[in-house]
Amino acid sequence: MTTTPNDTSPRAEWPLYEVFVRGKRGLNHVHVGSLHAADDTMALHHARDVYTRRNEGVSIWVVRADAITASSPDEKDPLFAPSGDKVYRHPTFYDVPADVPHM
Amino acid sequence: MSTSTDEARLEEQFEAVIARHERIEPRDWMPEGYRRTLVRQVAQHAHSEIIGMQPEGAWLTRAPSLRRKAVLLAKVQDEAGHGLYLYSACETLGVSRAELTRMLIDGRQKYSSIFNYPTLSYADVGTIGWLVDGAAICNQVPLCRTSYGPYGRAMIRVCKEESFHQRQGYELLMTMMSGTDEQRAMVQESVDRFWWPALMMFGPPDDASPNTARSLAWGIKRNTNDELRQKFVDMTVPQAERLGVTLPDPDLRWNEERGAHDFGQPDWDELTRVISGAGPCNAERIAHRRRAHEDGAWVREAASAFARATKEPGRDRAQVEQAPGSSLRDPDGRVETR
Repeated sequence: MTTTPNDTSPRAEWPLYEVFVRGKRGLNHVHVGSLHAADDTMALHHARDVYTRRNEGVSIWVVRADAITASSPDEKDPLFAPSGDKVYRHPTFYDVPADVPHM
Repeated sequence: MSTSTDEARLEEQFEAVIARHERIEPRDWMPEGYRRTLVRQVAQHAHSEIIGMQPEGAWLTRAPSLRRKAVLLAKVQDEAGHGLYLYSACETLGVSRAELTRMLIDGRQKYSSIFNYPTLSYADVGTIGWLVDGAAICNQVPLCRTSYGPYGRAMIRVCKEESFHQRQGYELLMTMMSGTDEQRAMVQESVDRFWWPALMMFGPPDDASPNTARSLAWGIKRNTNDELRQKFVDMTVPQAERLGVTLPDPDLRWNEERGAHDFGQPDWDELTRVISGAGPCNAERIAHRRRAHEDGAWVREAASAFARATKEPGRDRAQVEQAPGSSLRDPDGRVETR
């Protein structure tokens, strides 16, 4: 994740926020992009103007990018390895006769 | 020595992702040349959107009706939005917004040559929508499949909105073409001025475009400049016929054998001059952008000062999202965010 230095001088670049939009009721909020804003309220207003000019959302989350903890791409293999060899977690692992209904 | 082995392994993984037509994401390892090429291209693209607000913005206060004014405002606002999507994609490559702005107003990064031409009549608003945004769509649709994830995602958003831009322009010209002789002449004069610069938007011919092969191999670009230019001409000719305007190229004709139009070459020396800063409006565009940036400094500073003065942890949060019921909070009070 991009981090923003905690520089609070007036000349400093506004912090980076990541924006998540719920497209409509029943859907998850989805990451749509990022923007800079001086504070949370401004980030929300900017997110509305930048990412929902055509009814693309019914709800917006903004979160400072430096508040996000992300997995590292370098550790991708070891991190996800535990699920790699567990084929029995998938329904297709199980042999069920083809004539059993509704399964 | 192990470092160079590591690098070779990373490069191999990178090439494998490209070969599978998958996307490279911000924190993946990437060759420095790939990153540099992308920064240049995405920044140039973002700057074009921002500078692109000026030629049409100049007509906002002179739009002939409230409807046209509302449309033009929405369009210019979209261009700002497109610039912001693209700046945000560019920043994932490790450049800051402040640096990007600085490089634009210092002239160290370029923007599309087309925006260095003036908008002399109101018909230009329509012509820009039709031809300039039409050319931009040709360029941008294949970029939705570019190999760099954030750039492709930004392009998808941009393309969805460009279609409105092109249609409003064409409709505007249609309306003028059904008006008086004077209005029809205005449209033709505008098309005459913008046709060749629109063809130049695709960049120099392939044999004079040294970076194209590398960009194609990396999946940053999906088509060559000449391929896209051809596609644009083929798309535009029937639209011009329907509109009733003449495209100012005596060599333009259908080639049955190729199944495509033959057309003349733009003045490539003119493109070189405009790109190197000697176009009709280069100085004006940059001076305007610099002035807007400098005049806005107090607003940015005031907003920062306000943010510091009003910082109350937890207070803003409740304004952002409707406070969820207690059942959605886990024992330490954090909100469930899935």
